[in-house]
Amino acid sequence: MNQNSSPTTELAVSAHGLVKTFGDLRAVDGVDLEVRRGEVFGVLGPNGAGKTTMLQMLATLLPMDGGRAEIFGVDVKQHPHVVRQLVGVTGQYASVDENLTARENLYLFGRLLGVDKAAARSTAEDLLGRFGLQDAGDKQISQFSGGMRRRLDLAASLIAQPPLIFLDEPTTGLDPRTRGQMWETIRDLVAQGCTVLLTTQYLDEADQLADRIAVIDRGHKVAEGTSDQLKSQVGTSTLQLRLLDPAQTGQAVDVVRRVVGDEPVLTPEAGGINVPLPDANRAADVLIGLREQELLITSATVQKPTLDEVFMALTGHGAGEDDDTDHHDSDLEAVR
Amino acid sequence: MTLLSTSGAVDETVTATTHVGAQDLPARPSARDTLNQSLAMAWRATKKMRRNPEQFFDVTIQPLLFTAMFAYIFGGAISGSVADYLPIIIPGILAQTALTACMATGIQLREDMDKGVFDRFKSLPIARIAPLAGPAIADLLRYGTAATLTILTGIAMGYRPGGGVLGVLGGWLLTVVAGWSLAWIFTWLGTVARSAQAVQGISMMIMFPLTFLSNAFVPADTLPGWLKAFVNVNPVSHVVTAVRDLLNDGQVTAQVGWALLGCVVTVAVFLPLSVRSYSRKM
Repeated sequence: MNQNSSPTTELAVSAHGLVKTFGDLRAVDGVDLEVRRGEVFGVLGPNGAGKTTMLQMLATLLPMDGGRAEIFGVDVKQHPHVVRQLVGVTGQYASVDENLTARENLYLFGRLLGVDKAAARSTAEDLLGRFGLQDAGDKQISQFSGGMRRRLDLAASLIAQPPLIFLDEPTTGLDPRTRGQMWETIRDLVAQGCTVLLTTQYLDEADQLADRIAVIDRGHKVAEGTSDQLKSQVGTSTLQLRLLDPAQTGQAVDVVRRVVGDEPVLTPEAGGINVPLPDANRAADVLIGLREQELLITSATVQKPTLDEVFMALTGHGAGEDDDTDHHDSDLEAVR
Repeated sequence: MTLLSTSGAVDETVTATTHVGAQDLPARPSARDTLNQSLAMAWRATKKMRRNPEQFFDVTIQPLLFTAMFAYIFGGAISGSVADYLPIIIPGILAQTALTACMATGIQLREDMDKGVFDRFKSLPIARIAPLAGPAIADLLRYGTAATLTILTGIAMGYRPGGGVLGVLGGWLLTVVAGWSLAWIFTWLGTVARSAQAVQGISMMIMFPLTFLSNAFVPADTLPGWLKAFVNVNPVSHVVTAVRDLLNDGQVTAQVGWALLGCVVTVAVFLPLSVRSYSRKM
């Protein structure tokens, strides 16, 4: 699955056979994970798949029931204090102190990390500025919006400049604009050399941010690879055609059948045809076939399957929660 | 690990994060780090107190109320007059308020631990004892307030401590030390109980027998034999007697020694227990 032959110290995270049980539930059931230095690794899965539990074990927040893990070659079970110095954790629910202001929060975490008073104060200022929170510095956290809390939370994780950052569902519950800002922040971190391990239930988030993705379902890893590799596992592309004259749909279907040897799918819009392709290059054959019959089109797009479809194909069910799932189901039918 | 030390040091992140010398990192926090982290946590606790002044109700209103109430209700019956009762009741109230004040320590810790910020505390490379020791240090303020107000109320009501200034200081100090030491029992409860309500319930069950089945309010020789036996081994009785010796006679008696020994034993047992159960708990 993973042909990483570089020495283990090149790995930021190396975990084997991670297990966590809660009563009868095997929340994490034998997961292997290797995260290389400097990459963004996405753990993708629906709610309750075991993503957060896995992250908490790696961050020394939960004891492991089985398996072993190393962070930059340091054993998590043996040396939790060292691991805590290497990892910054930003939780699913912003873990900042409600009783303090934003500025006081950052000051406190600085002091806890051994920064002297003056430096803790100036670090707090820097981070407030960097995360666009300087105007809200003296506000109490209870008055913060969800997005501001997340940003402050992330800022707090960066005080110690940890080389590895865990982001547990960094944008869950944020509006699209705030989500975009968060993505930018994460990209900045990576540009500065951080390694990021992030969990998400949003397929497009993993697609946007992660170099490599592991798909987790019910405590198991069901797939791993780059977003493109995962998509190509689903195997087909789709040619989406729109005819100029919907009345010619019948003729066009005949052409497609002849060229690809497969039944095209008519879309609800008049004149729309979706053609499943075993190979994206066959799109040209279809277009030439239409041209020869003088059937005119208004648009033609070749699309790779979305991660939603990947998820569907890998796990046999949708990504849960996601409102888009139903919408993509019909697409998936078209691909098949 | 390299830490931000000057403003504008954000750009240095690149160098700081690309060279990871995991081998050079300390395996555990040093004693000095532990102290600094505990003090930072104490700073947080005092900020919290300032924003939630109701945390001071039990150490301000209660000593005033209880001192006046107990003195006027029991004074005549037990000692013939309120003035004669004050030397008995003031040390008793001191012990009682110290105990209620440290009971709140456990309840507040439990509430605090349920909040998200404790997840961060757990994920930080800090001594496991710091999140517990911080509030304990800050609570010295509460015990000090309670003890001061109780003594002042007594003096306002006509109490003239025979021990003089030094005796009063000694009694005050012993009250604060006893409160701080006993608080570790409730801190431990806070780390093992499921909810703040549970801590409250269990704490009440411990607090009432300990204060009322002692010599805090009534001289022990009026009690039936079996009860007297318990009262005499009750550590609160030792603290009360020791505080009486200091306040009323200005003498450092053997009771003071026993009271301090009791404090040391309590801390020696419950502090490690608290840290252990906190580290395990998620």
